[in-house]
Amino acid sequence: MTSDLLHQILRRRAGAFCLVALILFYVAAFFAPLLAPYATSDQDLTKTYHPPTGVVWHEGQLAVRLYKLVDPTCAKYEAEPGQFAPIHFWVKAPTYHFLGLIPVSHRLFGVEAPARLYLLGSDETGRDVFSRLLYGSRVSLTIGLIGILITTVIGLTVGGLAGYFGGVFDSVAMRGTELIMAIPGLYLIIALRAALAKYFDDSDQIFILIVVILSFIGWAGTARVIRGLTLSLRNRPFIYAAEALGQGPVTILWKHLFPNLFSYLIVTSMLSIPGYILGEAALSFLGIGIQEPSTSWGLMLSQVQDLKVFMLNFWWLLTPGLAIFITVILFNVLGDVVRDIVDPKLKTQV
Amino acid sequence: MPSTTTPLLQVENLKVHFPITAGLLQRRVGEVKAVDDVSFTIERGTTVGLVGESGSGKTTIGRALIRLVNPTGGTIRYNGKDITFLRESQFRPYRKKIQIIFQDPYNSLNPRLTIFKIISEALEIHFPAMGLEQRRARVAELLGKVGLKPEHMDRYPHEFSGGQRQRIGIARALAVEPEFIVCDEPVSALDVSVQAQIVNLLQDLQEELGLTYLFIAHDLAVVEHISDFVLVMNQGKIVEAATADAIYQNPQDPYTKRLLDAVPKI
Repeated sequence: MTSDLLHQILRRRAGAFCLVALILFYVAAFFAPLLAPYATSDQDLTKTYHPPTGVVWHEGQLAVRLYKLVDPTCAKYEAEPGQFAPIHFWVKAPTYHFLGLIPVSHRLFGVEAPARLYLLGSDETGRDVFSRLLYGSRVSLTIGLIGILITTVIGLTVGGLAGYFGGVFDSVAMRGTELIMAIPGLYLIIALRAALAKYFDDSDQIFILIVVILSFIGWAGTARVIRGLTLSLRNRPFIYAAEALGQGPVTILWKHLFPNLFSYLIVTSMLSIPGYILGEAALSFLGIGIQEPSTSWGLMLSQVQDLKVFMLNFWWLLTPGLAIFITVILFNVLGDVVRDIVDPKLKTQV
Repeated sequence: MPSTTTPLLQVENLKVHFPITAGLLQRRVGEVKAVDDVSFTIERGTTVGLVGESGSGKTTIGRALIRLVNPTGGTIRYNGKDITFLRESQFRPYRKKIQIIFQDPYNSLNPRLTIFKIISEALEIHFPAMGLEQRRARVAELLGKVGLKPEHMDRYPHEFSGGQRQRIGIARALAVEPEFIVCDEPVSALDVSVQAQIVNLLQDLQEELGLTYLFIAHDLAVVEHISDFVLVMNQGKIVEAATADAIYQNPQDPYTKRLLDAVPKI
């Protein structure tokens, strides 16, 4: 079933493109410490708002142009003709622990200090935007997956039980989901963030807090649809047949109901992941999400609120927005493709 | 053991009412009397036909017997023992004795499971001591019994025709070695030619395994063919009960007459 679905996605051009692109994104996020030339907080105050450095082919190898600050008042840099710093591969770097386990003391590429390699320019303290984008993608991309995992588990449990048993449990569960859905999402997120802030003060814990908040908002919709699907599946004779054989309700849910919801779950998951990415971005943009020294796409965007970024056309600082945009589009298109494959009869009939 | 003269199934004044509820607190505002004061007996090794139009309550009787719906009142005696209001755990032994075959062969098999898993589920529940090899052997045997091949075991339901699926449904019901099978319109959804095959299969199995059937249908011709005794149902009540021949030769109730008149004649 799963391999069949994968095969069908790959047969469609849009599906294959989105899937491959997303896999590349996740691989890049996973290997961020290796791919990024600098650490997230690696700053250079002499090179603030540096434009992307030109990469050229010079004397048989790749090299970056060197720049000179010509007007500090408006951060105007000019390339110095004939001056290059060669790009080295597999360069020595301060040791860090990959996944907290494997010590690595190299990065994939870099230039020798004091020259800096800014593929996507630098920010107000001279930190490399490209590196921060890579590190930030770890937060922004995983938040969707973890969030969807939590909401699916809660939604499946609550919706499945409500649909299967009905009665009072169903009423209570559904009124609960309506309550959550009735409150405008963003206000609820901000209120929850404010209420829970005192229990999560560490910047690592903030990540967990945001996932918890977003999942708390998100499970209601999933639970409701699962309940509806369970209600319709519940009256299918194969469920009665299992009951007639004396199968217990938990096994019936697990063995007969949930596998038949699988295709639907994949589609909703795909289509709701962008919600989490955007939710995190919104929170961080408002300054109540991910905090320094961690980084995320939303947090990077919040640093662009400064008017001079627009006045002086520091376009490279808006790349996190582009990254969010592309990721959201990829997930949406992939979700649509999967829905097209799965939907005709939700494949439960066949 | 009860004597052989005890009927296998005795149903007295069976009532199944469904509440109509409204409002947040599920207040009861009325009820649908799906089965209202129905009595009949089924002798061991016989087939009792149950006919009636859609909505007459015949399927509800079948489901009440196998406890897919809870009876509201009356008594159901199986082998002389009252099983009407047993708790699910107490009813468990009867799940092995009473089985059901469903009308819709397309929805009665879980599309996500192979035929082996579908039939083997029954074995896992009621014969927990069986190992994988024994279960595979038993499933192969059951498939043979219903006219399918053992190599069909690892396929999925969508690979089979309606008639074949109904055979698989029968094999699943037979897996627990039941005594009594509720056949809930087992042939209504099938082609006429396939109907005959399935009816014959059911009759062969009855002879071979000494099964007792409650055969629910709206098709009078099929019921006449298979039944020893026929119950005619209308609006939750049994309006006529007689031997198959008597019903067809000499119907008493006006509703039965109307049903017989409705049979298309060529």
